[in-house]
Amino acid sequence: MACFVGYYVVWSVTPALHTPLMAVTNAISSVIIVGALIAAAAAGSGTSKWLGLLAVTLASVNIFGGFAVTARMLAMYKKKER
Amino acid sequence: MEHAAPPFWVGLAYLIAGVCFILALRGLSSPATSQRGNRMGMIGMAIAVVTTLVTSSSSWSTSYGDTGFLAHVGTPMEILAAIGVGAIIGITTARRIKMTDMPQLVAAFHSLVGLAAVLVAWAAFLNPDAFGIAEGARMLLPPDADPSSAHAVFDKMHIHQVSRIEMGLGVAIGAITFSGSVIAFLKLNGNMSGKPIMLPGRHIINLGLIAAILGLVAYFFTDDSGWVFFTITALSFLIGFLLIIPIGGADMPVVVSMLNSYSGWAAAAMGFTLQNTAMIITGALVGSSGAILSYIMCKAMNRSFISVIAGGFGAAPEVGGGEAKAQRPWKRGSAEDAAYMMAQAEQIIIVPGYGMAVAQAQHVLREMGDLLKKEGVRVKYAIHPVAGRMPGHMNVLLAEANVPYDEVFELEDINSEFAQTDVAFIIGANDVVNPAAKTDKSSPIYGMPVFDVGKAKTVFFIKRSMGGVGYAGVDNDVFYADNTMMLLADAKKMVEDINKALAH
Repeated sequence: MACFVGYYVVWSVTPALHTPLMAVTNAISSVIIVGALIAAAAAGSGTSKWLGLLAVTLASVNIFGGFAVTARMLAMYKKKER
Repeated sequence: MEHAAPPFWVGLAYLIAGVCFILALRGLSSPATSQRGNRMGMIGMAIAVVTTLVTSSSSWSTSYGDTGFLAHVGTPMEILAAIGVGAIIGITTARRIKMTDMPQLVAAFHSLVGLAAVLVAWAAFLNPDAFGIAEGARMLLPPDADPSSAHAVFDKMHIHQVSRIEMGLGVAIGAITFSGSVIAFLKLNGNMSGKPIMLPGRHIINLGLIAAILGLVAYFFTDDSGWVFFTITALSFLIGFLLIIPIGGADMPVVVSMLNSYSGWAAAAMGFTLQNTAMIITGALVGSSGAILSYIMCKAMNRSFISVIAGGFGAAPEVGGGEAKAQRPWKRGSAEDAAYMMAQAEQIIIVPGYGMAVAQAQHVLREMGDLLKKEGVRVKYAIHPVAGRMPGHMNVLLAEANVPYDEVFELEDINSEFAQTDVAFIIGANDVVNPAAKTDKSSPIYGMPVFDVGKAKTVFFIKRSMGGVGYAGVDNDVFYADNTMMLLADAKKMVEDINKALAH
């Protein structure tokens, strides 16, 4: 289902915005942080927890970095609309 | 002890997060709505994270303290600290990065997603009960059973067989994404030669490795011991390296979008393991978007996906026609010539390429455009789909230099205009304007759509020297055409000189 929606949505993106598109998709693929959070917060194994915490850090670099860089790029597109 | 099913709102929240992500991509269909799209993405992510934290927090409230179990549970403080560290690193990088370095940044970010996927898979492998994938436990939340019995269960636990396949695939894709992205990053960043590195028999090695990984994932289905999982991870890291090493610089747009796609599939595979709607939707969304981008890039180069993956332009055709023609006469122009011709022109089309990015010439180029506009010249920019090192790279650079996006045109929209154009100004591009792609069947770039720059009355070609012949290693007939003047210099310096001449 998501593939199907993704298919239509991506085709409608103008080539000029492919780089921001990649940055955004990259940021949202860090939704893997959900898995990382579960791992970090779950009881049962110490190793698991540390792996999870590390994954949380990596994924949040990605989330914040990805959205911030996209915002920066898009701000440049926006500027000369006047 | 009985587990309570995750409340209904959790599933709904994840679903809403997924929808937010779809709207985020939707927003990117036009520059006007793109910022709203980006905000949508952030909202979606916030919903997903908060939902997970709230549902997981039930594990914090249960007292593991007395058995010393606390050390095994990430406390809210630790988790917030982890997010905080990530946020600081991420935001500072995003602020500091130069727009020309975007491809590296994106590759680096992909590697992080890949690595995170591997770590999550390992965490799940070591602690399957917490992920609700252990035999007998059907819950997403950790059990609030008393710790001693949890321990007992943990020791004997096996992972669901279906989950094993998903985890195996997830860890494999994640590892490939990670190591592949690291190589792509090193190549893009210039820490490693952009030239394809060909290993003898690499196809056989790669196919063998892929077969081995798939075989092991299948074997993991029957035997969930640690070495199988470990070997899958290790082999996948290896194949990630091997896959990307033979791919050359100009194919990087394809590689970067392909890795983008992989990172999505890795998230989706883990989403199936954890039965998390948000992860599945998003992963599939990213995966398919990356796949489509790769497809668009391949089509723009008229190369099949397989041939890109199988490794750069082969060594054999590279030598092809180039040498015989090497001694043909060409005309050298000066900055003054170019300035004079362009100031007289009615319309000029600027064709930027990767060379412009390397020389950081986008700002001076825009100044040149402004000066020319003052002279009453119509200035347009023509961007080839594969110009630069990632999809849309040139557009971002021109946007950074404040070039209005309605002056920037795509290949199909502008190609017919070269015939009515006085000056085609090519800066740092080569293969995308090479007529050999249309005429010479033996050329490695044959069939790739190119700009018909030769149809313009005059062509200026900024190039560092006559020596290098673009990425594909193909000589370009445009160099030797009667209406072409070569401007041999660093792109930025040449454009600065032209600007000086124009200002007179």
